[in-house]
Parts: sequence; C-alpha cells; structure tokens
Amino acid sequence: MSELRYPFSEQAVRALRAGEIVRVSGRIFTGRDRLHKFLAEGGACPVSLRDGALFHCGPVVVPQEGGWRVVAAGPTTSVREEPYMAKVIEDFGVRVIIGKGGMGAATQAACARYGCVYLQAVGGAAALLAQRIRRVDGVHFLDTFGATEALWLLEVEAFEAVVGIDTHGRNLFDEVKAASRETLQRLCGGRA
Amino acid sequence: MNWTDTLSELIRRTTSDLPADAETALRSAAEAEPAQSQAALLLRALVENIRLARAQSTPLCQDTGTLTFFWQVPRGTDTAALEQAAREAVAAATRTGWLRRNTIDTLSGRSIDANVAEGCPVCHFEQAETPSVEVWLLQKGGGSENMSVQFSLPDAELGAGRDIDGVRKCLLQTVWRAQGFGCAPGVLGVCIGADRAEGFLVAKRQLLRPLTDCAPEPELAALERRVLAEANQLGIGPMGLGGKTTLLGLKIAARPRLPASYFVTVAYLCWACRRRGVRVTGGASEWLG
Repeated sequence: MSELRYPFSEQAVRALRAGEIVRVSGRIFTGRDRLHKFLAEGGACPVSLRDGALFHCGPVVVPQEGGWRVVAAGPTTSVREEPYMAKVIEDFGVRVIIGKGGMGAATQAACARYGCVYLQAVGGAAALLAQRIRRVDGVHFLDTFGATEALWLLEVEAFEAVVGIDTHGRNLFDEVKAASRETLQRLCGGRA
Repeated sequence: MNWTDTLSELIRRTTSDLPADAETALRSAAEAEPAQSQAALLLRALVENIRLARAQSTPLCQDTGTLTFFWQVPRGTDTAALEQAAREAVAAATRTGWLRRNTIDTLSGRSIDANVAEGCPVCHFEQAETPSVEVWLLQKGGGSENMSVQFSLPDAELGAGRDIDGVRKCLLQTVWRAQGFGCAPGVLGVCIGADRAEGFLVAKRQLLRPLTDCAPEPELAALERRVLAEANQLGIGPMGLGGKTTLLGLKIAARPRLPASYFVTVAYLCWACRRRGVRVTGGASEWLG
C-alpha cells in the first residue's frame, strides 16, 4: 500500500501502478459538475489546485460552531467531467483525481502527459469516507454553486482508494469493460 | 398521530440503514470473492459503511437521492395532509443532515436548500379497503437514475424482438452500460409493457420488492433467475473493477400494452438499496423493511 501526502509530487504519482491501493492524506479539494465546467471554460480558481487532489464529490455538510462538519462524502460518477477533465489537469496542475467509475481517453492521455493519477474511491461508502475527513478548512462558490457543488477544502487522513488509471497508459475500467463486452456478445448471440 | 415525526423517523431509517435482505446480499457477495481480492476489499468496505451509517444515523451515501413515498391509505383519507407532512419531514431531515441539499432549480441552477419544491418529494397514493396507512420510502441516487432506460421493441441494434428473449437482451445490455455509472452491484426493477410513463413507475415500484422474492408469473420468475445468473457472468463486479457479483437482484413485472407498443423499462438501482416502510394502525407504528 502506498502513502500519498499533499502536496503530491509528480514523481510519487508516476510511481503508482493501476490496481494498487493507496492512502491519501492532507488537503484535498472537492469539485463536481459546476466547478469543472467553470474551470474548463476559463474561470479563475480561488485556490491553487497545483499538485493537489480533486475529489468528485458533493458532500453532506452540516453547519457547526465556527464552521462545518462533513457527515457523508462518497465519490460521484466521474465520467460526467470527461469533457472538462483534461483541460483542468493541464491548466491547473491537478495531480490526483478521486472519483468513481473511471474516465475516458482524453483524461487518460492527460494523466500520462502531465503526471496525474485517477483513484477509485468506494462508491457510495459515504459514512466510511467521511470518517477519514478530519476537518473542513474552507469553502468557495457556496452561494453560486450551492453546498453540494461547492469547492470544499478538506483535511483527510488515510483516505483509501484504488489506482484506476495510472500514468503508464493502464485503465482498469477499460480492461473490465472490454472483457465484459465479449461475455455480453456471447450471451446475446453475437449482437449487442 | 404526528405524521411529520413518523416520516422524519422513516427518512432517518431509510437514509442510514439498508434493509436486512440487501445487507445480507452484500455480505454474501463479499464472502464469495477471494479474501485478498480488490472486489472483496470493496464489498467489505460497503458492509463496514452500512454498519457505521447505522450506528451514527448518518447517510449511507452522500447522494440521498430522489425521495419517493408510496402510500396505501384507507378510502377517503385526506392525502393532501399526508403530502404536507412528507414535505415538512423532508425539510426537517435536511436540516439535521440526514439528507443532502440535493435539489436544484433547473432554470436558475440555484440550490433549493430545503429539498422541498413542486414534485419534491414525490408522493404516490393508492386507496384500499384497509384500516392502516402504509407508506414506503425509496431513496434512489442520481448515478443510478441516470442509468435507468426504456427500450422500444423490436430493437434492431440489439437484435431484440418482441419476446422474452428480446427482453433478456435489453436487461443484459442495461447492466453492461451501467458500469462506471451506477455503483455496482446493483438491482434492476423492470416493467414489460404499459405506456412510457407508467412503465417507469411500475419499474421503480419493483425496487420495493425484497431481493429474496420472485415474480408470481412462472415465465417472469424464470427470466429473473436466468438474467440474474447471466449478468453475474459479466465480471463487472463492485464499482466496475471486476468481480463475481454485478447484480444483487432483478425484479420484473408485466403490464398490458397497446398492439403498437412493446416497451421494456428498466429502473437501475445501485447497491445502496434504500427502501423502508411503516404501517400505522390506530396510533401504533410498525416499522417495515
């Protein structure tokens, strides 16, 4: 099991191999549909994402004295960000993407080119993952995007995930997809 | 009877705890995988997540989903009052953190923070000769809802005709397409026949059935068994990273159709099979699911 701590170096990220389990610690940023579209269309990011991790997540947060508490925070479907992800990696220097379900060819190419890795968190395991969030360090776009779509700054400890897309051109999701397609065609008599 | 409190408690139970049959199915899936495999690790994490959410009364999944209440009430019941109680319960549960701020005004893009708006939550009422009010809540997340689909047979691309084998091909195709989107292992609710709108409602209703039951019609029960077994040969596994269990259950119903139409409607549900009910008779509540 590899340990990754923010800020994430290109060297550490390039050393990871698809299928490996990693533990992420330090600051991560949440961002989903609204943020990706905004950033890819040239919007200015109020925090530096360089050498950072972008977590595809809309958390359940409740206000508490002097701040916020995250009660549930699992990954959302990453491939919705496929039209924007490669540009966000290139323009903002993101090193780690955390999400679920994998991403497409453009993201995979950007991962290899700029040194970024895609991590699969346990989809829907929101209570378990929320336990790994030590505190909320801030939030941006709360008014414009709403709490679910906002950019949250989270401090995490030993947040576990599986490397789904590495910098060496391996994409576990594509491998499973290709193998399952053959089975599907066999079951459906050559069609589908 | 304070319906707002009862429905708040129903939301707490639904959002933070899976019904026993769903939890058992996930445990069995975890045990079926080699102990050191990625699939076993992911499934064990899901089981641990359920335990934690239940212990803390926090959401199992951050996407607390579309809330649909299915009601069966005695004839002549004031359903408007029950619907109002459901809206109040949703607003209260959102304040508590049992529900995410999960409703967006489609035109402005603004968050509707209370989760209460026209058609939110959804209530379906059915009147019956019964002394009790029974209500089931289904919380269905967006990742899985995006994978729900309707086929119109025949479908030349799939090679699916207007028969049971054509339906089978649609269902396998749906499971295959859902990888990477809805969190596997999932559950399918299916309606064969009906019109388009009714098809989606009937398909969604099938998701209230326990994973362990089978359709009363022998040909549908056989189809459920066959497609479940075949879907689990696909090897998609938990989260699409490979494994033996891709589908936890498959529930099919048939409805009459027009001669010109043959719809196969599929409601895809992720592993977070959040359905619970309560039956209220007189002042007494019995929790279901």
